[in-house]
This record gives sequence, structure tokens and C-alpha cells, in this order.
Amino acid sequence: MTTAATAQIGGAATKTNGGICLHGLVKSYQGPQSPIRAVRGIDVSIAAGETAALLGPNGAGKSTTIDMLLGLSKPDDGTVSVFGRPPRDAVDAGLVGAMLQTGGLIRDLSVRELVAMMASLYPDPMDVKDALEVTGLKEIASQRTHKLSGGQTQRVRFALAIVCNPDLLVLDEPTVALDVEGRREFWSVMREFAARGKTVLFATHYLEEADANADRAILMAHGRIVADGPTTEIKARVGRRTLRATLPDVDPSSLAGLPGVASAERHGDAVILSCVDSDQSIRALLEQYPAAKDIEIAGGSLEEAFLELTGEPDADEQELGAR
Amino acid sequence: MNGIAYTRYELLRTFRNRRFFLFSLGFPLVFFWLIAAPQHNKIISGTGLTYATYYMVSLASFGTMMSMISTGARIAGERQAGWTRQLRISPLSVRAYFRAKVLTGYAMALSSLLVLYISGSLLGVSLPAGRWLAMTGLIIVGLLPFAALGVLVGHLVNTDSVGPLMGGLVSILAFLSGTWFAITSGFLHAFGQFLPSWWLVQARNVALDGHAWGARGWITVAAWTAILAAGAAWAYRRDTARV
Repeated sequence: MTTAATAQIGGAATKTNGGICLHGLVKSYQGPQSPIRAVRGIDVSIAAGETAALLGPNGAGKSTTIDMLLGLSKPDDGTVSVFGRPPRDAVDAGLVGAMLQTGGLIRDLSVRELVAMMASLYPDPMDVKDALEVTGLKEIASQRTHKLSGGQTQRVRFALAIVCNPDLLVLDEPTVALDVEGRREFWSVMREFAARGKTVLFATHYLEEADANADRAILMAHGRIVADGPTTEIKARVGRRTLRATLPDVDPSSLAGLPGVASAERHGDAVILSCVDSDQSIRALLEQYPAAKDIEIAGGSLEEAFLELTGEPDADEQELGAR
Repeated sequence: MNGIAYTRYELLRTFRNRRFFLFSLGFPLVFFWLIAAPQHNKIISGTGLTYATYYMVSLASFGTMMSMISTGARIAGERQAGWTRQLRISPLSVRAYFRAKVLTGYAMALSSLLVLYISGSLLGVSLPAGRWLAMTGLIIVGLLPFAALGVLVGHLVNTDSVGPLMGGLVSILAFLSGTWFAITSGFLHAFGQFLPSWWLVQARNVALDGHAWGARGWITVAAWTAILAAGAAWAYRRDTARV
């Protein structure tokens, strides 16, 4: 089933032609009671050089999709093409580097030795010294891999992915064990790497990470893609703004009736209005309730967009355990 | 692709591991000195061999078997850590991966063999150079089934059970193959000859007349190698299919 599409593209492809193409992907697992339909038909194309974020809650099918993209598992149906080749061929050619969601390090080697070992497997690796430098591992390069903290281990795993100097870098929830500073450094290195014309796909729970670091966000829920576009566009799709004000002793239900307000709720002395037209709402609010103070209006966050697009209850209750 | 560098790092890792020294090198060595040293020149009846020669080869077979099967512990550990998945998205071929694992097993086995040869020499084992080589050659060939068994165990068993399984298996095989005491007749003698480890221990007979394995030995070792290699290939495929 994979051969027809990939062979066509593969025939004409140069090294990084064609980007990433997932077409009609379907994958189920045998769950404890019933089959888990982890991925239910997704189509995505990512152009070479693009940085895309794969967003979604647990069980959305992100890791399953990444496994198929990397050739670690075979789709039940559909095709995967990485730079015009089947994933396994792209991996064998050394075009792919990845930081998987789970995975420890092997023991009894130093950080430097482990990174050098990984580099030795690839045709065109980065300089090991440079890889250690940019990932902030220079100081601990001589330490044994089994004596590292969680954050250090995560940095080493990142170093292992970029030292390969791959054309496609795949990162599955890469900042999980990192502190705030670690995250900031991580993304700055990632963006530098992407700026060299590399294709990057990262999965994350953190919407601000997608917003700040990706050209494009692909939202997944229940094994399907629910939105796909520039992060700004996704925010605009929801289009709501939040109006917050201190206004005691007013019934929220009467506020909900104001022009431009979709819903209202009370948190102590504060009221929070979700507005489809915040300009109209603020005028009406000040006119009818001059006592309102501490007013803030905020643009729709990707977080809200995300909840709105992925939070819909699913018809099929079986996929709760899906990866 | 570049499996040579990979093999080099695998060797480095293995020789840094303290458990390796304890079980594959230390354990057989201690037993050798305990059993053979007090009466090293005495002949063990029915074998024509001195205690020193007999236990040098017996315990070498024990240590080298342990070395080869411990490949399984390393593979199981890497699977558990998720490292196997990391390697599968690298250009390292499956063939190069197993070659590195098996070569590492042999490097450990030959280290174990070397320290026992040295200990044996210190206790008066003296053989012509040709016989040392012939004995070593037979042990290397006799370890082939265990190389395959290591890979089989590594892909079949998790890290919790790999230790007890290895220890138990090697102990039983050692017992049935005449490692601890000479088995020269009876049921155990007839049964033992079906085991690959029996022929490993039989390499000691090189010291007697330069010959150790008849056709039966070669056939038994070849058959076990074929069976266990097929088993290892099956276990590997089954393991990757599940991921």
C-alpha cells in the first residue's frame, strides 16, 4: 500500500526533496479490552525547512504518528514519505535525527563518548565538540551517563539528536524534564538548528512553546487532526477576547446579556467576560456599570483555541488509553 | 555504516562494567584456585588429566559461557532503557549491531580464557603451542551456540528475569557437562553429549592427545548453533514487530 505513492516521489527526489508527507495514516493497537484506534486517518505535508509543532493532549495520537514517521511502527493503512523515501530508507541514509519521548541513556560511557558514538553512526555528523558546546554539556562532558540529573540527561538526548546533523529533526515532548532556563536554552538552540534550513517537527503539550517556536501548529485530538495552520491563524479562528474587571455585587447573568459578550463568570470580586466583540462589550460595560475598574482585555490565547478545538467529547470512548 | 567505532565503544563500556569482572573473570578464577591449587598435579581418575588441566578448561568453559550469555543481559538492558529504539532510528544496521554485541561477548570470553590459561600455567599446565591454539579454537567454535543464545535471551526476557535465568541456565549446563566433576559413564554421560556445553568442556581433551571432538561433537555444536540462531532471529523479529 505504501509503495505506489512513495516510489513515484522517490524516483525524482534529490536528497531533501519533497519534505515530509503523511497520507491517510491509520493505526490501531490491541488494548486491554478492545482495540485502541490511536490514529484515525491523518494527512499532513510538511515542507522541507519548515518547523511544525504537533499539539495535542495525552492520547491524541502524537507519539503514534511520530513512530510511524520514523519507521518504528508500520501504519495499518496510508503512506509515509520522508524526503521522497520510505522512512526506513531515510533513516538508513542518516537523514533523520530524533529525540523520542521515552528513552534513557546507556551506562558506562562519558557524555562525550556517548555523543561521539552516535556521531560515528552518521554520514555527515556535527563536530562532537560543537554539539556539546551548544547543548551546554561542555562542563559535564567527562561525566558518566548514569550519574546525570534528569535535566542533564535530557540535554544529552538533545545532543544525541543534533550531533547527527539530520535534515529532519523530530522531537517528542523534548522539554519535559527541563527547568525554565533549560527550556529557554533548548528552544534557542533548536531555532538556530532550524535556521540552517532543517526540517523540524516537535510534539508538545505546551502551547506557548508551539506559539514561540513553530511556523505552524498541527492540532491533534482523538487520533485526528483538528486544526492545521500558522499559530496566529489558529488563534484567530477562535477570535474571542477576554475582558476582566473588578465589579462586585453584579449578577454575571446580567453581564452575559451585554452586547458582544458570549459568556460571563464571576471569580470573587472579579468578573470575566468572554467576548466575540470586545470593543462593543467594553463600551456597554462602562456605560451600564461605571463602577467597573482594573479592566484588562486580553487576546485569545492558543490555550483557549486548543481547548475549543480539541475538547469536544468524542463519539467513541475507547481511545482513552491511546498514546 | 560505521560499525567499527560502534564496536569500539561497546567494548569500552563492557570492560568498564564491574559486574563483568566479578562474574565472568573473578568467579571462575576463584573456583579454579580453590579446587585445583591444593592438588594440582594429581590425576583425576578416568580422565587422564591433572586437576590443574581439568579445572582450567572446565572453569574456562563456565566463564566463557557466562560471557557469551551476558550479551543477553546487555541487550535486555538496552531494550528496557529505550536505547534500542534510539539505535533503530540511526543508520546503524541490524547486522552491525549484532556483530558488535557478539564480538564484545567474544572479547569478554577470551579475557576470561586468558586469565585461566595463565592461572593454569602457574599451576603446572604445560602444553605445546599447537595444543593451546587447538584448545582455544575449539572453545571459540564451541561458543557459537552461546552467542546465539545470548541474542535470543536478550530479546525474549526482561531485565528482571535475565539475571536469574542466566545464572540458573549456566549452573545447570555446567553441572550436566562435567564442569564440577568428571562424568565418565552412565546416563549423565550419555545425556550430556547432546548439550553444546559438553563439547566446550571436552576441549580439555586436547591436552591428552591433541584431539577432543569427534564427528559427534562437531555435529552437536553445529546443530545447536543452527537452532539457536534461528531462535535468535525469530525473537528479534518478534521484538521489533511489537514496538
